[in-house]
Amino acid sequence: MSVPQPEDGTPILELRGVDKSFGANQVLHGVDLKVYPGKVTALVGDNGAGKSTLIKSIAGIHPIDGGQVLFDGNPVDISGPRDSARLGIEVVYQDLALADNLDVVQNMFLGRERKNGLLLDEISMEQAARDTLAKLSVRTLKSVRQLVSSLSGGQRQTVAIAKAVLWESKVVILDEPTAALGVAQTRQVLDLVRRLADTGHAVVFISHNMVDVFEVADRVAALYLGRMAADIPISQVNRSQVIELITAGRSGDIGIAPAQAAAVEV
Amino acid sequence: MSSNTISQPTSATEPGGFEADRSADSLGGAVRAYFARVRGGDLGALPAILGIVALGLLFVVLRPETFLTPRNMANLADQAAPIIILAMGLVFILLLGDIDLSAGVVSGVCAAVMAKLLADAGAPWYVAVLAAVVTGAAIGLFTGSLVGLIGIPSFVVTLALFLGWQGVTLRLIGQGGTVPVRDEVISAISDRNVPVTLGWILALVVIALYALLQMNRWRMQKAKGLAHQPLAVVLLRIAVIAVVVVLVTAVLSVDRAPAPGVVLAGIPYAIPLVVVLLLLLTFVLGRTSFGRHIYAVGGNAEAARRAGINVTKIKVSVFVISSTLAAISGIVAAARLGSVAPGSGGGNTLLYAVGAAVIGGTSLFGGRGRVRDAVLGGLVVAIIANGLGLLGTEAYLNFIITGGVLLLAASVDALARRRAAATGH
Repeated sequence: MSVPQPEDGTPILELRGVDKSFGANQVLHGVDLKVYPGKVTALVGDNGAGKSTLIKSIAGIHPIDGGQVLFDGNPVDISGPRDSARLGIEVVYQDLALADNLDVVQNMFLGRERKNGLLLDEISMEQAARDTLAKLSVRTLKSVRQLVSSLSGGQRQTVAIAKAVLWESKVVILDEPTAALGVAQTRQVLDLVRRLADTGHAVVFISHNMVDVFEVADRVAALYLGRMAADIPISQVNRSQVIELITAGRSGDIGIAPAQAAAVEV
Repeated sequence: MSSNTISQPTSATEPGGFEADRSADSLGGAVRAYFARVRGGDLGALPAILGIVALGLLFVVLRPETFLTPRNMANLADQAAPIIILAMGLVFILLLGDIDLSAGVVSGVCAAVMAKLLADAGAPWYVAVLAAVVTGAAIGLFTGSLVGLIGIPSFVVTLALFLGWQGVTLRLIGQGGTVPVRDEVISAISDRNVPVTLGWILALVVIALYALLQMNRWRMQKAKGLAHQPLAVVLLRIAVIAVVVVLVTAVLSVDRAPAPGVVLAGIPYAIPLVVVLLLLLTFVLGRTSFGRHIYAVGGNAEAARRAGINVTKIKVSVFVISSTLAAISGIVAAARLGSVAPGSGGGNTLLYAVGAAVIGGTSLFGGRGRVRDAVLGGLVVAIIANGLGLLGTEAYLNFIITGGVLLLAASVDALARRRAAATGH
């Protein structure tokens, strides 16, 4: 793993004091997050800590109530999925959203087909899909014209990630990409996540699996009951500290201040 | 399928996966791949082709002197045309995983509109045909809006409309009445034939165009290093199409006049009509983004929605297409029968068309199907109806047999789907 020096350069995506409520229920409290190009940021937190809400806010599905989003240093307003897509933010959701009856190329270009007049430009789409998969060193697909229904879980995840990369995305957010996978397939996906970062993408990687987090992440951001407990280089913490951050909001001198943490508990 | 998932992306020296794309050059490999697909539950056109061959042989044995005569073959084509055209519309609906139980009676309403305009208003044929087609499109817009915008299950909407439109036809035609369709141009669809020479020219043009397009695509894919089929498979497909087209043209070019002195030969106009619709709709489904989106909505509507596809718009347009085709089917049926009755489009019309689509290989579960399924399945259904007619089977048996065939086809579809789920195809 490369020596993390995340503080150099501007983050491609930065959240400052983001609040989000659903009715009377405030889910996110002043959340700060920095996401750097070429780095994998693991977003961890217990169930209900606000991980999903946070990524949906970034994706524009749940626009934020307060705080600021900066993209490449400039304040931006993300009020819908189109805004985030235009900025180059792609989210790969847990249920992948692939059509089983279409092949790999057709899925990767779904909704954004290349056309030659009226006709679909199959040749250019197949080439672009192939190039993207090759760039990510995907070697597990037999054919790019294979139906998605015939793919394994890991291969599907690969296709979903490649689909996100195809659109010159700068930030790729992966929602528990290894949750349903076996050992070998998890290996493939983690390799792919690493290559995503190595090709210059900023990657946000949601996971409950500490082995995966420590294997692939450069930074770790821990959410605790809607507050950002820590957003730090992973080299500064060990596994038990991360688990403490997830379960208690602080570990030693990292995390939410004791008074605040106590207040949150109530 | 799963053996390759364990392989690690190790050395960077090899040019990367996709081995199946690069090694698809041998005929043997293609044949093996085909059988693997069939075993995996993707039967494609196989059941329909087997059905056509088996039923053809059966009726040749049972009625050797009448079934395979040029006259009966022309009759079969006329019989199959309205079924096939209606089934083409249903393929679109079934692709979405929806159903249109009113398609048959919609064809009746549209035919009634045409017949009334011709007989009562004395309108020229093109006005009457246009009115029928527009009626079909409007009905489709209505049905599609109820399904797509309001969100009523298509089964319920079209079941209600199945009853409702029969009432409208009854009102238009009148109890116990029939409206004759005597317009020369419209009757020509089933009465007249393409002149023999022109028929041969058209047949050769179709073969040449098909061969050209297939070869062109194959060359392009090979040149750019994309996934392609072995040359032998492409050539074989062209050969099969050429043989079928030549055989059909040859049989229908024989003089089939019942009495000497008159000449009755050539392809009935219904066949070019079906071929044009087949080409047009295959193009829409296979080569345009609209068609791609129909498959996507049928395969995973949520994925389609997230990909930015307007699912409602796709649903409504599909119902418009289907009802428009139902109108054309109604016109062809009226041309064949020479009249429109209150019961037109009722009875077994819909059952035949749904049966045709499903026998041809279109799935009732959505997402899988092609326009050619309607043609192949429509031929199976028409051969059954035609052959049983030649045998002089009683009507009750006719119903039971056709219903049984539809059930059989639906079982094959459901079992193939289960097998596909089990084998990961």
